[in-house]
Amino acid sequence: MSRLPVRKTYKLFVGGEFPRSESGRTYEARGQNVARASRKDLRDAVRAARGALGKWSGMTAYNRGQVLYRIAEMMEARAAEFAELSSGRAEVETAIDRWVWYAGWADKYAQVLGSSNPVAAPYFNFTVPEPTGVVGVMAPERPALDGLVARLAPVIVGGNTAVVLASEPEPLASIELAEAIATADVPGGAVNILTGYRSELAPWLAGHMDVNALDVGGADGDLPELERLAAENVKRVVRGHPDRQSPYEIANFLELKTVWHPIGV
Amino acid sequence: MTDLERRQDRSPVPSGWDYAPAPEARDILTLEERYGLFIGGELVEPGSGEYFPTIDPSSEEPLAEVAQAGKEDVDLAVRAARDAFENGWSDISPAERAKYLYRIARILQERSREFAVLESLNGGKPIKESRDVDLPLSAAHFFYYAGWADKLEYAFPNRRPKAIGVAGQIIPWNFPLLMLAWKIAPALAAGNTVVLKPAETTPLTALLFTDVLRQAELPPGVVNIVTGDGRAGAELVKHEGVDKIAFTGSTEVGKAIQRELAGTGKKLTLELGGKAANIVFDDAALDQAVEGIINGIYFNQGHVCCAGSRLLVQESIYEPVIEKLKLRVKTLRVGDPLDKNTDVGAINSKQQLEKIRHLVKSGEEEGAEIYQPPCRLPDKGYWFVPTVFTNVAQSYRIAQEEIFGPVLSVLTFRTPDEAVEKANNTPYGLSAGVWTEKGSRILSMAQKLKAGVVWANTYNRFDPTSPFGGYKESGFGREGGLHGLESYLDLDESEARGG
Repeated sequence: MSRLPVRKTYKLFVGGEFPRSESGRTYEARGQNVARASRKDLRDAVRAARGALGKWSGMTAYNRGQVLYRIAEMMEARAAEFAELSSGRAEVETAIDRWVWYAGWADKYAQVLGSSNPVAAPYFNFTVPEPTGVVGVMAPERPALDGLVARLAPVIVGGNTAVVLASEPEPLASIELAEAIATADVPGGAVNILTGYRSELAPWLAGHMDVNALDVGGADGDLPELERLAAENVKRVVRGHPDRQSPYEIANFLELKTVWHPIGV
Repeated sequence: MTDLERRQDRSPVPSGWDYAPAPEARDILTLEERYGLFIGGELVEPGSGEYFPTIDPSSEEPLAEVAQAGKEDVDLAVRAARDAFENGWSDISPAERAKYLYRIARILQERSREFAVLESLNGGKPIKESRDVDLPLSAAHFFYYAGWADKLEYAFPNRRPKAIGVAGQIIPWNFPLLMLAWKIAPALAAGNTVVLKPAETTPLTALLFTDVLRQAELPPGVVNIVTGDGRAGAELVKHEGVDKIAFTGSTEVGKAIQRELAGTGKKLTLELGGKAANIVFDDAALDQAVEGIINGIYFNQGHVCCAGSRLLVQESIYEPVIEKLKLRVKTLRVGDPLDKNTDVGAINSKQQLEKIRHLVKSGEEEGAEIYQPPCRLPDKGYWFVPTVFTNVAQSYRIAQEEIFGPVLSVLTFRTPDEAVEKANNTPYGLSAGVWTEKGSRILSMAQKLKAGVVWANTYNRFDPTSPFGGYKESGFGREGGLHGLESYLDLDESEARGG
């Protein structure tokens, strides 16, 4: 007699924990019941992201790089499961290598994107990149795993925290990813992943006054309306591409701060 | 009378000095009676035939009539810009493009006195500021970006910089020519053509600038200038032929523009309002700090988006700072913008004066304590006495809203953490000031302040090489420096990995 396997309950990832939706709702995807997040869950996720911002952005760049590298390690260990929940082994390998690539940028982008500015007066003047803050990410529908990694990695390597709306038809890979992230020393709340209906969640994420930037690349709903909502607190709106990999993707979610100080004796 | 005041009263304090009038001559300037719209290299009549007077805010005397651009005029200007972009400007070699910008920089330097007089006349700012700040910086901006025109591929590694096309640019009335330079110089250096809308109340230096373009022999249509009120700006924002919008102005209008462009995919940069904290620690060099506070809020009548309008003083030095500050405010000379001794000029417009009065009234009503030095104001024109509010709570409107006038709100703090929390407690994030002699504290504060520009032991410094722009609701994108080019370029990646 064969053994009956123990199934996984697919839940949300908020504040480093795996709660069910407070609404008690689920929807079925790939034959599994998946949490259907509510507006309240979304607000909780934004609050968790804001709360984690100080810790995550305050870590040294070297440390953040190591944490991202560890996400790659955790994914490698679960590669077989990821392959089942995505389009296959190739997608998983691309996603893992992406983490490694972005991990290496953690302590380098500031040198590429910042500057020291030769002002025409006796002042020391420099420009440094800093995280924008809380970033809302609408992950692409497909590829559900690598598309999400491609949009999430540049956001968090820069010290931002994220609230992700996972692919609606393919949400399982995103929860598997949450489990890898949860065991990779990412501070709780730095990454939050919500599964559910896009149309229910996206407008509230776009309009949320405590979200600083928005990646609408994976938005399948009404893009003009989401961008209009984003204007309410002058969000930085990025139309991210699921296959793009570049330090300029990191730059999209950074602010530039310029500091002046007199030179004198 | 306080001790300090008594001591100062025995010596010849500046407030006791009388200054003979020292007006800058106006005869260097010849104004036309009426100005058209600058489209395709010529000043042309607006389609509607509608003109409005532009005035000297220090006397309310009309200076000239200026055209109100309508929908069809904006359309003509955009077409002229498109035509210039497609038929000539984008084929000119970058090195030649640079030389046009160098020419413009040089001509602005040569004619700087004329421009400075006009800037003060039409905008109300003291001549010493237009002469020593606005004009030199405007010329420097063109000179700086001129050099980038043929070096763009070195600015963004692994990218292929290309001009965007037609840039629509809308600028405010506080630094009319300087904001024009901030907008036009990087746009042209990147290879774009532009349609620029100056502010309704301060169009004259932009119109005089068209004569600089004539002298520089810039090809027609590369720069087009459409004057008018907000309606002209709205037409420019809506126009389908514009590839990029750059706006400097209020957060309210900035949000409206962002909404209007939602879904269009057009590039947008916004430089919006601010409510900067100027933070003074107990170990600061107090006299220097007081000068920095004065410069921070009374420079250009406080018509500065990055003005240090909230003073945060550490409690232990509150009394001496306030005492010194009040003494210093007494010495500010308010009056004729063209007088070389004037520190604080005229408020830019009647509308702005009413806004300042309204917010100052709210400050008094909410319970703040007002200090205004004795001050003789001219009978005509728009004026506001330099004002200091003490006893201000964070919730007061004068601590939350941008007044955009010579009005300082003073708050206190005990610890560095409290200073950071109060400084960041606003939807804005444009600038901040820190005054302390402790280096590690400067760097720690600079790191924690959510602001695009942090001035440490100085305030209100600007330079073409130095990126400027806001966090949060103060806007996005940077102007100045290498980073200021990015807003005017399409930056494809030459070999973006995986796609």
